[in-house]
Amino acid sequence: MKKTYKLIDLDCAHCAAKMEDAIKKLPGVTAASVNFLSQKLTLEAPDELFDDLLKQTVECIKKVEPDCTVKL
Amino acid sequence: MSKKQKKMLLRIIISAVVWAAGLVISHLFPAEDRFGIMGIVQFVIFTAAYLTIGWDIVWKAIRNIAHGQIFDENFLMSIASIGAMVIGDYSEGTAVMIFYQVGELFQSVAVGKSRRSITEMVDINPEYANVERGGEVAEVSPEEISAGEIIVIRPGERIPLDGRVISGSSELNTAALTGESALRGVHEGDEVISGCINTNGLLRVEVSRPYADSTVARILELVENSSENKAKTENFITKFARIYTPIVVFSAVALAVIPGLISAAVSGWTDFSGWSEWVYRALTFLVVSCPCALVISVPLSYFGGIGGASRHGIMIKGANYLEQLAKAQTFVFDKTGTLTKGSFSVTEAVPEDITADELVGICAAAESYSTHPIAQSIIAEAQKRSLTVSAEDAEEIAGYGVKAQVGGKTVLVGNYRLMERDNIPAPAVELPGTVVYCAVEGRFAGYLVISDEMKSGAPAAIAELKALCGAKTVMLTGDRKSAAEAVVKAAGIDEYHAELLPDGKVAQVEAICKARPQKSALAFVGDGMNDAPALARADVGIAMGAMGSDAAIEAADIVLMNDNIESLPLAVRISRKTHRIVMQNIILAIGVKVLILILTAFGIGNMWLAVFGDVGVAVIAILNAMRAMRIKK
Repeated sequence: MKKTYKLIDLDCAHCAAKMEDAIKKLPGVTAASVNFLSQKLTLEAPDELFDDLLKQTVECIKKVEPDCTVKL
Repeated sequence: MSKKQKKMLLRIIISAVVWAAGLVISHLFPAEDRFGIMGIVQFVIFTAAYLTIGWDIVWKAIRNIAHGQIFDENFLMSIASIGAMVIGDYSEGTAVMIFYQVGELFQSVAVGKSRRSITEMVDINPEYANVERGGEVAEVSPEEISAGEIIVIRPGERIPLDGRVISGSSELNTAALTGESALRGVHEGDEVISGCINTNGLLRVEVSRPYADSTVARILELVENSSENKAKTENFITKFARIYTPIVVFSAVALAVIPGLISAAVSGWTDFSGWSEWVYRALTFLVVSCPCALVISVPLSYFGGIGGASRHGIMIKGANYLEQLAKAQTFVFDKTGTLTKGSFSVTEAVPEDITADELVGICAAAESYSTHPIAQSIIAEAQKRSLTVSAEDAEEIAGYGVKAQVGGKTVLVGNYRLMERDNIPAPAVELPGTVVYCAVEGRFAGYLVISDEMKSGAPAAIAELKALCGAKTVMLTGDRKSAAEAVVKAAGIDEYHAELLPDGKVAQVEAICKARPQKSALAFVGDGMNDAPALARADVGIAMGAMGSDAAIEAADIVLMNDNIESLPLAVRISRKTHRIVMQNIILAIGVKVLILILTAFGIGNMWLAVFGDVGVAVIAILNAMRAMRIKK
């Protein structure tokens, strides 16, 4: 499953790169991208793991930039 | 400005006022001793200003360290500013933080603005659709409509979904998709494409595919995903940023410890007075340790270039393709549909003993059962001359032509070999294009020349390409040599290979690819219909996409949506401009930072210079990046 979410208050470009690195390293994630310019998160993961991984993804984002929220 | 940005602006103002007050007081009543009354007063004032502006940075720094992120810019700024406070430079420590926040605010406003203007530019998304349901017209979101439903498009509205006109006629503005300002007329039975604007008539359209598969949705997806196909330069910057910060931080640590230690050792461990100067220089290093200017401006430039191109009907699927196109020095073209119109028409009718109309009529009649493009063009010509045609017993002679009964006479229509086979004396005509011979009752009756016209803009486009980048141009075609030669001469192409089978084209592309100059790229330009392998093999595949042609959008890296070869030099110009801007930004940002580091290490620069340099460069780079969006046609 591949889904795209909007990111709110993603303020710094290299934070986006850091988030992307961290999300990609989550076990189970097939592909991920954090796009600073379009302020979007794209997450691709197997269906059965998706919800769990999405939760971990949100945590990753919070860790790098606490002000940034994912619009679910 | 967003709410968050406004709040920050307020904090900056308050803090700056307090800071200025502190500055005035410290000049009027200079503190003799840091720990005397005036010293403490100054400390309190500047600390108030500092906390107003910087509390969140310090807080983020502490929290991020807890998360194991050491080279975090918040942390580095905190160390630099608090360090300055500790060694007694209250005003500077506070100012560093104020300017840092001003810079951040400015960046966030500039980036937000750029992002918005680029997204607005490619905003072709229809907001609603008027659907006919149960005899009433309802306004719903385009996503809710399924194929087969009837939608109504009023003048001035954007066509929300792809479909076919079932009633009404109008003129469409396709500028959002093709960059062309000429209106396109549509009538009952015509296909219409989402994203165009209906200018004057009311249209009822039967939807052919749901929103998710519509042209608009696909183009939007393409543009949005384009920033994920990162250019090599972008990846280089990411890597550079990853090592740049640690290097600067470690040199700062070295700068803080080693020279101070040496001078103390030289003085026999009695004089430590020089030490604070070295610590100050080290703190200045930290101020320039963030690679922000680069990290933001490089992708922003590419995004701007891609956005600007899309306004001219040029869809670029990623920054990497933009980068490749800027390097392209070899352009390989497909002939049919790319340099030529791809539609055959009768360009000459040379009758023998009969009239031209009779000749066309006979040929059209004989070919009337055939669906071959050549036959279709003859039939179209007969229609143009308003001839009525009918034939009986049409029989195809594979590899030769057709035999039929027209008006009670036996007619042969086909190639020269057909004439030879039946021993009919006929002149062997050597002309570019396809020659169709006709014989009536065993006697030669004339011939038709059918050729594919060259696109009017092709010679100019080729000439501009050559002028732009000294491009080498090659044409590949499955067509005969004489037809190829005519196009090559007229268009001014350097080299051609004719009579190629489809896999022969790929082999040629590969061979040319090997022979291309080092570090340059090869672009293949085709119509996307049967060139998919060649488009994929080239460094950058460019498709002429007649609007909405799925095959073209799928196969290529860059699509010229208006099917206009003249867009090709424009695309090259955009790519080169974008590349130039990226290079300027990289050189400017790295250059200024390195310069500041050197000046600081030798004690010429100070923290003010560092902050101005850092923030200033970021702002200049962002403004420069925005230039990529603006393109003169």
